[in-house]
Parts: sequence; structure tokens; C-alpha cells
Amino acid sequence: MVTATRGERAFRAVNAVFLTAVVFVTLYPFVTIVARSLSDESYLIAGKVNLVPRGFDLTAYKLVMSDSMFWTNYRNTVVYTVVATFIAIVLTTCYAYVLSKPRLRGRGALVGIAVFTMFFSGGLIPNYVLITSLGLKNSIWAVVLPNAINVFNLLVMKAFFESLPVELEEAAAVDGLSTYGTLLRIVLPLSKAVIATMVLFYAVSYWNSWFTAFLYMDRQELFPVTVYLRNLIAGATGAQGAGGVADADAVQAAATLQAVTIVLTTLPILAVYPFIQRYFVSGVMLGAVKG
Amino acid sequence: MTSGGNEITFANVTPIFPLACRKFRPVRGLRVSALSTSDPPPPTIVDAREPAGDARRRSWRHTLRRDWQLYSLALLPLLFFLVFRYLPMLGNVIAFRRFKPGGSVFGETWAGLRYFRLFFSDPTFWDVFGNTLFLGVLTLVFCFPLPIVLALLLNEVRARKLKRFVQSVSYLPHFLSIVIVAAIVMQLLSVDGTVNQLVRGLGGDAVPFLQRPEWFRTVYVSSEVWQTVGWGTILYLAALTTIDENLYEAARMDGASRWRQTWHVTLPGIRPTMVTLLILNIGSFLAVGFEKILLLYNPLTYPTADVISTYLFRIGFESSNFSYAAAIGLFEAVIGLTLVLSANAIARRTVGTSLW
Repeated sequence: MVTATRGERAFRAVNAVFLTAVVFVTLYPFVTIVARSLSDESYLIAGKVNLVPRGFDLTAYKLVMSDSMFWTNYRNTVVYTVVATFIAIVLTTCYAYVLSKPRLRGRGALVGIAVFTMFFSGGLIPNYVLITSLGLKNSIWAVVLPNAINVFNLLVMKAFFESLPVELEEAAAVDGLSTYGTLLRIVLPLSKAVIATMVLFYAVSYWNSWFTAFLYMDRQELFPVTVYLRNLIAGATGAQGAGGVADADAVQAAATLQAVTIVLTTLPILAVYPFIQRYFVSGVMLGAVKG
Repeated sequence: MTSGGNEITFANVTPIFPLACRKFRPVRGLRVSALSTSDPPPPTIVDAREPAGDARRRSWRHTLRRDWQLYSLALLPLLFFLVFRYLPMLGNVIAFRRFKPGGSVFGETWAGLRYFRLFFSDPTFWDVFGNTLFLGVLTLVFCFPLPIVLALLLNEVRARKLKRFVQSVSYLPHFLSIVIVAAIVMQLLSVDGTVNQLVRGLGGDAVPFLQRPEWFRTVYVSSEVWQTVGWGTILYLAALTTIDENLYEAARMDGASRWRQTWHVTLPGIRPTMVTLLILNIGSFLAVGFEKILLLYNPLTYPTADVISTYLFRIGFESSNFSYAAAIGLFEAVIGLTLVLSANAIARRTVGTSLW
């Protein structure tokens, strides 16, 4: 009995140490990036910056923040995210509502059409050809439309709508509300929580996306901020790859600028994260209920 | 969207509904299974080519008259799926035809299996195929079990606040753009970064990790673990709370140690979740982190980092050989679908859990 408790206590201690290590490893990169962004370049080059900024210096911040392209791209990210999320929510809600009606004829096929795309997709090249021939290149629609419905989110919403009591909508129908009326006045007001979750899911994915914009946009003033950051780091690796001594300074300057750009693009996410996190978790759970 | 007549009716109804709504406000997620099983969907499937008897046609007319508003809500989403999901699938026809940029969307002349033969005899393709399998297996080996381990450990934490704090922190990387993750990786691994500070501290020489092919897999998998392990615990933690406490009680009565309780009660309890996630992981096996690799690799690390999707990307957009790239993409997609279907079938036969 005594050995059991001792083992138990040992396990608790090891577990606590391990989980602390997990927390440390997860957070360390963030802290070190912030420290690097605030440090003087000479300390960076000497490899002396890890948890605390050395030679406190805001030059890099001033440099990035005075770049008008950075702000243009930041604004693009906001615009793309808002427009895309709006469209995605409307389409996803409509389709999920239709799919949630068990009595509807052809429902199985409608579900199948959506679910099949989870496991088989056209692929990069045909998509590119499609977007190009639709004339969507270098427009917001190239970023917004191709991912307007995420099937996982669709299934989450469908599961939620199915959980609403049938009697409510039957009563609405008896009282003469049309389908549109029922959806707008009865179902949607009851679905605020799930819609909020979906807005977050979509908004985060659009906020973070870079590849569609990278693929379909050639003009710098159309890029979202993720592509701005991508070009910054791609330029840096190019310089590192060349490996010349001459551009070592350029690489170092880029390193501080990168750190600053990382901080500035991550900041909004970190700022809202504590408030939105639980909605994400509940959204994932809701999806899991239906499998 | 409602007609005027409905507005009037609705006005009469409003006093009742807020009450009803409040009364019926569902506890999210709880009622799902009960309601959806009580009313199974009708087995009929829309298919215009079905042998349509008179009765059938009449009932369809009836259905349309009754449900046209519902169907109309599905129109735009269906248009989306048709244009942005199913048209590209048809677009794969360029894998069998010679495509010229600026020419017809579906290619100029029939090429048959030429492009498939081309990549089957392309040594680079088999290199990247091997890399894809290697990285895929590594990712599966680390990113699939580690969330389970972390979830089990979190489950043992009695202090709820501490548990919630660890969870919140570990979910965080999931919310970052892949570009930010790649940028952070580059900063940490740069010659003056943390990792090389450690290397120097231990008396070694700084290593330019991102330019060394032998390091790429380590870098890729560890950053993948960093970003996904916390988020991956969510479903397991949820499954763990559903395990009946009495089972543990019974196991203790039988003299089972904590380890044996974990082995015989906890793990079987979360098995359905494990199987489901495993199938999904296997399905995305070949699509290994295309975007992250694209951001992290460079010609120096191609020998280990180049995978099917990045090779395809270069063939398509750097060499402008769309038909060849589409052939590779189609091959990849078909293999992916086959993997999911077989994993699903195997899971259903062996452990009785499957996606559908």
C-alpha cells in the first residue's frame, strides 16, 4: 500500500515536470521571437538573445511600421477575412440547414456531394486552370470563393441544426411561416452560439491562409500580410542559401525585420485567443458528436 | 425574404416564441444522437436517370411543391461544389491531354497515358515518392500517438486550473498561420538562433540546419509536433470524460494497478476516437504538409524535403508543364482516396469502428 502511494506521488511529480516542460517548449518560441524583435542587431548576430531582449532597440519596429506596403497588406488580410467569412457563413448555413431536414428527399445525395470532396479533390493544377479561366486571378474572389464551404464546418452546423427540437419548426410552419421565415426568425436566433463558432473557424482560417493569394495574385498591393511575411522569409533564405560573406549584414537585418513582422502579424491572434479558444473547443466537440 | 402574409401571421406568433425558444434552448451537442436516430433519412436518392414511374414522378412534383424553398437554399452551395470542387475533378482530363497555357482549358490534343508513363519512368518522381512516404510515416508515428500520451497525462492532473492552463497554452500554436510557424522555425534554427546557441554551449559548431538535407525531417516533424500535439488532445480528452467511473472501480477491486487500469479501461475507452483519427490521418498521408515544406525547403534540402506535392508544384509553375503536373496530382489523389477507403474498410472489419 505504501509503495503504491509512493509510486503515485512519484508519477504526479514526473507528470508535473513533464507538463511544465510542455508549456515551456510551447511558449518559448513566442518569447524568443519577441525578445529578438526588441533586441539590437549586434546582440542577435553574436547569438546572445534568447529569453530577454538585449540592447533594447525599436528601430526595426519603426522600419516595418513605416512600410506602407505592410499596412496595405494588413488591410487586405482584414478585408479578405471579413468578405470571405461572410460568404462562407451564408453558404454553409444555408446548406447545413437543408441537410439537417431528415424528411427531405434527396438529402443523402446532397450530403454525399459534400462529403465526397473531403476525400477526393481536383488537385492543384486543375484548380489553377479553373481560377485562371474564370478570370479570377488578381481579384479578391480568387481568395474568397474557392474555399467558401468547409465540409467539416458544414457537418458541425448540420449536427447542431439536427439537435434543435423539431416541434419548434413544426409550430412555426403551422403558424404559417415559410421555410425562409423559419430559418431567419426561429432557427438562426437559436443558433447564435454555433454561428459565432463558425465565424471564428472561418475567420482564423482565412486570416492565416497565404497559399491561394500567393498562387493567384501577382501584384504586391493585393497580397495579404501572410504573403508579405512569406516573401520576407523567402528572401532571407535566398540570401542564406547564397552563403556569401558580403550579404551577412543583409541577412542579419532581415532577421530582426522578420522577428518584428512575426510579432506584428501574430499579435491580433494572441490578443483574441484567450477569449475565443473555448468556442473552438466546443465547435470541435460538436463536430465529433456526429463523427 | 418572407412574404407579406407570413409577416402578419408571425406578428401574432411572436409573443409565444421567445418563451418557447428559451424553454427549448438545447444543451449543445447533447441531443444530437437522440434526435437524429429517431428519424432516419428517406432512402431515396436524387437521380434523374432513375426509372421514373408515374407515381414516382407525381411524388417528386409533390415534394418539389412542398419543399422548393428548402431546395432553393441549396442552390448556391451546390453551385459552389459544382464549380470549385467537381469541375476541377473533371479538369484532371488535362492529365490525358496536351495542355498549352492560354489554349483550351481541357487541352489541345489527346495524349493518352503519355504523362503517366513519363512520371513512372522519371527517377525524380520516385525519389520524391520515397520522401513523401518517409515523411508521411514519420509524421504518423509521432503526430498520432503523442496527443494520446499528452491527453492521458493531462487526464491525471487533479488541479483543474493547472489542467486548463496547460491545455490553453498547448492549443495556441494551432491558431498560427503556417507562414508564421515557418518563420519562427527559421529564426530558432538560424545560425544565431536558440538551437545553435545550445549547440555552441555544448561545444559544437553552429549548424545551418535548414540547409542540411539530413536535418530536414527532424525539423519538419518536430515543428509539426509543436504545432499539432496540443490541439490533437481535445477529442481524446472529451472521450476520456465519457469513460464510466465504475469500470475503474471494478478494475481496482480486481487488484489492477494504475498501469493496468490505463491499459484495460482507459485505452479501450478511447479506441473509437483513436481509430477515427487514425483513418483521417492515413487519408491525408500523401498530402504531407505541402505548404510548410514549400516554405521551409530549398534546393539544398531537396534530397530529403522534396515531396510529391512540391515536385508537382515546381513542374506546374516553374516548368509550366501543366499536363505532367496534373497527371502526378491525379495519381496522388487516387492513392489518397484508396488509402482512406482501405483504412476505413480494415478498421470496420477488425475493430468495428469506421467513418461511415
